[in-house]
Amino acid sequence: MALFTVKDLAIHFGGIRAVDGVSFEVEQGSVFTIIGPNGAGKTTIFNLVSRINDPTAGTITFNGQDITRIPANKVAKLGIARTFQNIELFDNASVLQNMMVGRHIHIGTNLFSEIFRLPSVTRAEIESRRRVEEIIEFLRLQAYRDSPVGSLPYGVRKMVELGRALAAEPRMLLLDEPSSGLNIEETDNIGMWIKDIRDMLGITVLMVEHDMRLVGAVSDRVMALNYGRLLAIGTAGEVQRDPAVISAYLGN
Amino acid sequence: MHFPMKTSYRDDLHLFKDRSSVVLYLFLFAFLIALPFVTGDYVQSQVTFVFINGMVAMGMMLLVGHTGQISLGHAAFFAVGAYTSTVLEIRGIPFLPAFAAAGALSAIIGLIIGLPALRLKGIYLAMATLAFSFIVEEVIVRWSSVTKGNRGMTVPDASIFGFKVSSVTHVYYLSGVVFWLVVLVIINILRSRTGRALGALRDSDVAAESMGINLAMFKTAAFAISAAITGLAGALYAHKLAYISPEQFGIMLSVEFLMIIIVGGLGSLHGAVFGSIFFIVLPQIIVTVKAYLPQKVAELPVLDSATFGVLVILFVLFEPRGLNGYWVRFKAYLSLYPFYRRGMFRRSRIGSADLIKH
Repeated sequence: MALFTVKDLAIHFGGIRAVDGVSFEVEQGSVFTIIGPNGAGKTTIFNLVSRINDPTAGTITFNGQDITRIPANKVAKLGIARTFQNIELFDNASVLQNMMVGRHIHIGTNLFSEIFRLPSVTRAEIESRRRVEEIIEFLRLQAYRDSPVGSLPYGVRKMVELGRALAAEPRMLLLDEPSSGLNIEETDNIGMWIKDIRDMLGITVLMVEHDMRLVGAVSDRVMALNYGRLLAIGTAGEVQRDPAVISAYLGN
Repeated sequence: MHFPMKTSYRDDLHLFKDRSSVVLYLFLFAFLIALPFVTGDYVQSQVTFVFINGMVAMGMMLLVGHTGQISLGHAAFFAVGAYTSTVLEIRGIPFLPAFAAAGALSAIIGLIIGLPALRLKGIYLAMATLAFSFIVEEVIVRWSSVTKGNRGMTVPDASIFGFKVSSVTHVYYLSGVVFWLVVLVIINILRSRTGRALGALRDSDVAAESMGINLAMFKTAAFAISAAITGLAGALYAHKLAYISPEQFGIMLSVEFLMIIIVGGLGSLHGAVFGSIFFIVLPQIIVTVKAYLPQKVAELPVLDSATFGVLVILFVLFEPRGLNGYWVRFKAYLSLYPFYRRGMFRRSRIGSADLIKH
């Protein structure tokens, strides 16, 4: 049974069918990529999964549990973390603090124990700090640990956002255009991290991506969308050769 | 420049950054404890007002500076705290339970005001809290069977385990102890999970929510904590003045609280305290300087408020990080001496990484 299943998912904004009856399955430990021209509904699917929008129809199942209607702040706890197309970091905080926010669901302290700074709070802070430092090391962000995020270069901020999502220790990671705004070298690096995340950390990756070189390099399965409808699904090569996909990108 | 050597993650969690700041705070505590022995009632009263305003300012800083929710209704929480403790103490309830009740009732009302805040932002939230402030003022005026309406109430001396807090010095020590406890509480909140969540939802609420932060819970919690601290300060204020009436808690007071934290520097607890000191000291300076002005000028009725207003505008214009910005630069100057150069930190964002810490 697949880790993540989407069945007949649809969302209509007035007359616009942003996503119109899409079904797919993501296997545990794989990289699944959604491609498609602008406005195909890729990010909308992400927003449905992370519960920012409510679907008009269909179901989303994660790890055997129906998550179609759960509140947005419960998604992380189930093991789904995400990044955003246009980086959504906490700009006034340091890299370290941003990643500590990623640990939110794993730190069990409450306001009462925090006010009195009980030993349990210190223990939880140190434990989380240790896990965050592992991620900082994994992503080679040591040099930026204490820098305010708002002052860092774009490529680094992208990595910090990835690190914050990893700090939540997800089972599935949603990456919304991980290569957007990056140069060729940085894109190659991202490709390596994505493979490492799958192979070394065992995290399933669901991503939206435009750069076909990156898509071809890391994806186990690729799904092509156009106008909210599924065009093709298969390996990167199969999807790229599909006549419907070629006509969607290039016209007839 | 001086970097403390840290060898474990625990080292990063200490309340004080390094030994020199421990020494600095010890001197400060010694000074504050010794103050009543070397000064008269007037100075002690002024410092007491700094403590009280400082508490409110820190409570507001948590809400406005750290959580990013503006409030023009804090005079109302202040009033709720002042009236709750006074009404209870008049009925013979000792200070400590009355004080706790003042904080608790303010927190509950803060929680209720926090609910509309879930759907409102910026200027709309300011309007909603402002309206709330009017409601509270009106309730205090009309509910005269309990609050004595516009006649006001005389506040009895606080009684703690039978000890009467009667003199200026007593109130000074009481406010000082509560002030430092509040400082500790707020620092503890800010440097743990809750504090980080508040900072996160200020900077990006979609990202905060995707990290599992319950926006509704933390936004209302920020209102409740902020209101509780303001309520406690209100209770102390009542005891300090020994007489309370509705007009003391008008809209101007809310505006003043907001100005304190803006002048102090949004997002910094130091700023909240600096702002409070500034607002107590500045009018004194204006009065002192006035004595040296030509009589024609000194007698102008708008002189005080105009000078005050202009100074505040200049502050916001030239140092958006407020008094705390000057403080951070002054510290950098000392630690880098003699290598500090003007404009050294113009481009970097020194200090802002500490926003979420404290």
